[in-house]
Amino acid sequence: MLAIKNGRVIDPATNTDAPRDILMEGEKIAEVAQPGGLRVAPGAEVFDAAGLIVAPGFIDLHAHLREPGQESSETIETGTKAAARGGFTAVCCMPNTKPVNDNASVTRFILDRAKATGSVRVWPIGAASEESKGEAIAEIAGMRDAGIVAVSDDGRPIATAKLARQVMDYCRSLDLPVIEHAEDVSLAAGAVMREGVASTRLGLRGMPAAAESVCVARDVQLAELTGARLHIAHLSAKASLEQVRWAKSRGLRVTCEVTPHHFTLSDEDVRYDSRFKMNPPLGAREDRAALLAGLADGTVDAIATDHAPHEPALKDVEFDRAPFGVLGFETALALALEQLVSSGQLSLMRMVELFTSGPAPVLGMERKIASGQPADLTIFSTTREWTYDVNQSPSKSRNSPFDGRKFKGGPMATIVAGRIIYKQ
Amino acid sequence: MRTLSYRFRDLLALEPLTADELRFLLDQSKPFQEIQKHPLKKLATLRGKTVALAFFENSTRTRISFGTAAARLGADTMNLQAEASSIKKGETLLDTAFNLNAMRPDCLVMRHSASGAADYVARHLEIPVVNAGDGTHEHPSQGLLDALTIRDRLGTIENLNVTILGDILHSRVARSNIHLLGKFGCRFTLCGPSIWVPRELEKIAPGTPIRCVYRMEEALEGAHVILMLRVQTERLNDPPLSANDYILLYQLNAERLRRANREAIVLHPGPINRGIEITPEVADGPQSCVLEQVTNGVAVRMAILYLVIAGATESGTHPALEGKPKESANASD
Repeated sequence: MLAIKNGRVIDPATNTDAPRDILMEGEKIAEVAQPGGLRVAPGAEVFDAAGLIVAPGFIDLHAHLREPGQESSETIETGTKAAARGGFTAVCCMPNTKPVNDNASVTRFILDRAKATGSVRVWPIGAASEESKGEAIAEIAGMRDAGIVAVSDDGRPIATAKLARQVMDYCRSLDLPVIEHAEDVSLAAGAVMREGVASTRLGLRGMPAAAESVCVARDVQLAELTGARLHIAHLSAKASLEQVRWAKSRGLRVTCEVTPHHFTLSDEDVRYDSRFKMNPPLGAREDRAALLAGLADGTVDAIATDHAPHEPALKDVEFDRAPFGVLGFETALALALEQLVSSGQLSLMRMVELFTSGPAPVLGMERKIASGQPADLTIFSTTREWTYDVNQSPSKSRNSPFDGRKFKGGPMATIVAGRIIYKQ
Repeated sequence: MRTLSYRFRDLLALEPLTADELRFLLDQSKPFQEIQKHPLKKLATLRGKTVALAFFENSTRTRISFGTAAARLGADTMNLQAEASSIKKGETLLDTAFNLNAMRPDCLVMRHSASGAADYVARHLEIPVVNAGDGTHEHPSQGLLDALTIRDRLGTIENLNVTILGDILHSRVARSNIHLLGKFGCRFTLCGPSIWVPRELEKIAPGTPIRCVYRMEEALEGAHVILMLRVQTERLNDPPLSANDYILLYQLNAERLRRANREAIVLHPGPINRGIEITPEVADGPQSCVLEQVTNGVAVRMAILYLVIAGATESGTHPALEGKPKESANASD
């Protein structure tokens, strides 16, 4: 039995922003009461959340935990520890492991490892095609029964329009969302950052914003053709967002996510430093402005980290040779507070929605603070001043562009299934 | 007496340098130019010092030029060439750099195919790093030697109309020239096939007027300096572009050159593809500076090596002027 007292509960799903006490029994929320209204049994654990925000457990729709196969960069254990420190109670892990999560046995392995070593809930995403090669459709039904929550060939797009159509058709019948890493690989070939003035000045090969948006355009058309649930991963370009806006206006089941690095940084921040190299790359200033507008007006459904650890030996090379990807778990909430809320662009309620009742429906779930719901909560501060030191991270990797950044506000405690798994 | 007033830890790019620093580097090269005319060209300035030359990308003239510059300053050199290196054995750039550094050179001169490679290595080494060309980013010594050549021929590098022709998107020479000459009020016209001359180039040096045009006749109008770039024939395949079309539209020939200013000079960083980007008549003509550029390259690189290794905090006689009457030292100021 665990009680959270004196906190300010912000729950977008029930439109609550009020002082509430919460009682958890076992793995469920037992009662939500007015302050002081709980009957707590003697000996029950009590967490004093005075001055803190109590929110439904944060969901990250997009992460790479690297297990199996790349355990020198991350494991389910180290990755979920970092996720817990970031306030996440559930993370969806992409299938581009070694081997690729393209069949039920890999899915079961991931879930077994998560049960044995994980701190937060791990929800695997299965590959759309075998080995994500874009040829044959993967064993999606088998993976669904084993526990995947979506399919994706993340790291690359579903190779052809034909296959994307078939996968969407099939996943519609299985009631699974298709998550698309939107990229026209011929337009992006060889590129290491976004094409623009910055890439031209630095002499680094750029990919145009259209490398993403032409693929989004393809996919929203196919979502209309098939009626599938389509979710655009790590959306980074203004033109892509306009495609999603169009799809939503047509009533299509299209959603999208944006990462903290894309709403915080732009291509002008790129140095010859591989910690600023990720795919999709940082966009132009006007893309960032468009993403902020989309986060505010509801076009964007979720904030997702695209946490992509790469061990220093892989990442500490010339910019051209470094793999794409940055860490994301531990700085996501603090960046959202800084960039979205402190700047006045979004209400705290809307920000919480982007981490909770925004992403949950993408997976066909709900996320709210109510009796009978899973006892997953994220408790955070909007005032605590702290500095991110990546060397203190439980992650096995160090590739964060935000190392050394000073923040105001961040995670204070993470509760999964009625247990405090992280406490600042 | 000359006061050496700037200290350069590394020379990675010309973009961050001020006009005063750039002028200082050019002035420092002047006495070394004189040395090139002497029957005995060797100084003892850097005797006992070692320059590591690490060329991770094919280069003939830049490598020989830096090697000659080091030799004429009395320094020893260690040579690493891509073919002979451990790169193919999987060693990282940083490990290679650490290994070279462990042999205790006083300076690392490096050429690499990745933009930013010199910047990256310099962040990890204590010794000075000189960028001898990094990918499609910058080639600072080439920018300096071009400016020196222009100043010698035209008497100034200020407020000139500079036309750059060719594959500018992939040219580190173009970027270094823009960042240097732009700080002296020069105006740039960039010209070549549109895929090699994207509009973004107009904004890479805020404050410097840069325009992209796609008709060569327009680009040459009123030019004081014409900077040719080598057509990298391997790039003609990506994207596919016909060599004949290139010649038709963008080859510098005598007739086109007449559109430029009467005293216009033609520079080319070499190696020249005669008959492709430039006709032999122009390459060998009186307006061409290509061999002066090569000679000046040694002088500029002597100045660079001297400044990064010997440092420039003390005031004193310029090493190239040691033992000479002071008037001549002052005369070069």
